[in-house]
Amino acid sequence: MSQVLTTISENAPRVEAPDGPPAIRISHVHKSFGRPGAANHVIDDICLDVAPGEFVTLLGASGCGKSTLLNLVAGLDKPTAGTIEVPGARPALMFQEHALFPWLTAGKNIELALRLAGVARAERRAEAERLLDLVRLGGAYGKRVHELSGGMRQRVALARSLAQGSNVLLMDEPFAALDAITRDVLHDEITRIWAERKLTVLFVTHNVREAVRLAQRVVLLSSRPGRVAREWQIDLPQPRRIESAGVAELSIEITEELRGEIRRHVQH
Amino acid sequence: MSSTDTSPAPNPAPNPAPAAPATTDDLGAGLDALDAVVLQRVPLSETLRKKVLPPVLAVVLVLGAWQLAFDLKLTDSYKLPSPAMVWQSLVDLWQAGTLFSIIWTSLWRGVSGFAAAVVIGTPIGLLVARVKPVRTAIGPILSGLQSLPSVAWVPAAVIWLGINDQMMFAVILLGAVPSIANGLVAGIDQVPPLFLRAGRTMGATGFAGARHVLLPAALPGYLAGLKQGWAFAWRSLMAAELVASSPDLGLGLGRYLENQREQNDMPGVLLGIVIILFVGIAIDLLVFSPIERRVLRSRGLLAGSR
Repeated sequence: MSQVLTTISENAPRVEAPDGPPAIRISHVHKSFGRPGAANHVIDDICLDVAPGEFVTLLGASGCGKSTLLNLVAGLDKPTAGTIEVPGARPALMFQEHALFPWLTAGKNIELALRLAGVARAERRAEAERLLDLVRLGGAYGKRVHELSGGMRQRVALARSLAQGSNVLLMDEPFAALDAITRDVLHDEITRIWAERKLTVLFVTHNVREAVRLAQRVVLLSSRPGRVAREWQIDLPQPRRIESAGVAELSIEITEELRGEIRRHVQH
Repeated sequence: MSSTDTSPAPNPAPNPAPAAPATTDDLGAGLDALDAVVLQRVPLSETLRKKVLPPVLAVVLVLGAWQLAFDLKLTDSYKLPSPAMVWQSLVDLWQAGTLFSIIWTSLWRGVSGFAAAVVIGTPIGLLVARVKPVRTAIGPILSGLQSLPSVAWVPAAVIWLGINDQMMFAVILLGAVPSIANGLVAGIDQVPPLFLRAGRTMGATGFAGARHVLLPAALPGYLAGLKQGWAFAWRSLMAAELVASSPDLGLGLGRYLENQREQNDMPGVLLGIVIILFVGIAIDLLVFSPIERRVLRSRGLLAGSR
């Protein structure tokens, strides 16, 4: 497994995507909340390019600004400084909570996303059914949200995200609230769908094994303020198993690095 | 859901071989089968036994106690007539052919006043909920108005508008509009911010956001406000009818009540109270409760009945 060690200063204008411009380009982004000052400085000069079709996980302890960064990429918030470019349709964002609308059925949730993306009325139903098939929930069109299990809800949420018509999928700890068995299954699903639909995925997690299980590239963020601390390129073949030796080995290494980042915050 | 023939994937244990997609298929399907929430309809007989029988029993008990108090002559019979005497008043009113016209006069006033209150209260609620300065300015007044008994408006309304139907509508509006507006404000305030964020990532902003996310999410609170608004409208109307007396006005329930008091007709007075109560309950049971139950059930918010 090769590792690419990067520091932020030397790689500002990168040319790493051979096939055209990156799907996500984050350039020197800063984010502060409220009054300026070190305590409110959440993101500090982050630069990150994600190539089209790449699966990147953002890893970090709490306070590293990973969710904030995802919100910025999603356009829900504006950076204090720096720029974020996401060419094409508005990127889809998945949350830890499914965020499905309980007044709509599973199918109608997806159709609402299609409608807001400008899909014609006549095509919505068939497209929603197709997306439900994609997440292996063929029979769930008429199901209410409360009739679905946690894993099924996240799959409907995934289908709804895909319905937005963007190839860029942002995921904010989407499986953190699921039990381990369901999470394993959804790891397989997202890996399969990412490959099938040629998605670009930026996936935030604090679970090191999950990050290694899923990603082609793991980006470790430092905390308070969030900076890119280190990156790992992961060449293990997909589909991986979270309990496999390769994943475990790299996870130990990354965990050590992560712990080192956390220890830096010990007050002396 | 405990059938043995659908046991999930035979060996999800860590085999040295990498997971083939086929086994995760089965595994996922097995998980879905195990986790899916099973919904059951309650049979009619059980509904009757658990939901209908208790209130019927309670009414029978009250009637029995009332009859007993009458038989024991706890007080003069002109103060406490028997249930049968009240029933006789009802029969008299029925035979005179005025029963339904009295109920209809009040009901028509109440329903049309309530409809006007919905039309006025809803935009006010939207403004208060979504426009900060408006909320700061009139939000506290609006919730304060809910605790003002609407009968207090009657004298003012009589001076402004005279003793007529307009006055009644004014009193109904003053009673019901704050409840409806406040219900909508509460409904909007309780919308989880996550829904709004999810809506915005899908492109539901501005009018589309209000239509597809904010208003549907606020519906349960709004319905609760409508229900309370109806209760306030009905009370306000009865107060207005009791106080305002004019030959030009049609005979409604409140006026009927007051007329019977003037004639010292205690069975008639009790009958008036019972009908007013009955109409209020009937509207709630026939109109608001079914809508509210349907909305809550479809969202999985109704405890015990899924």
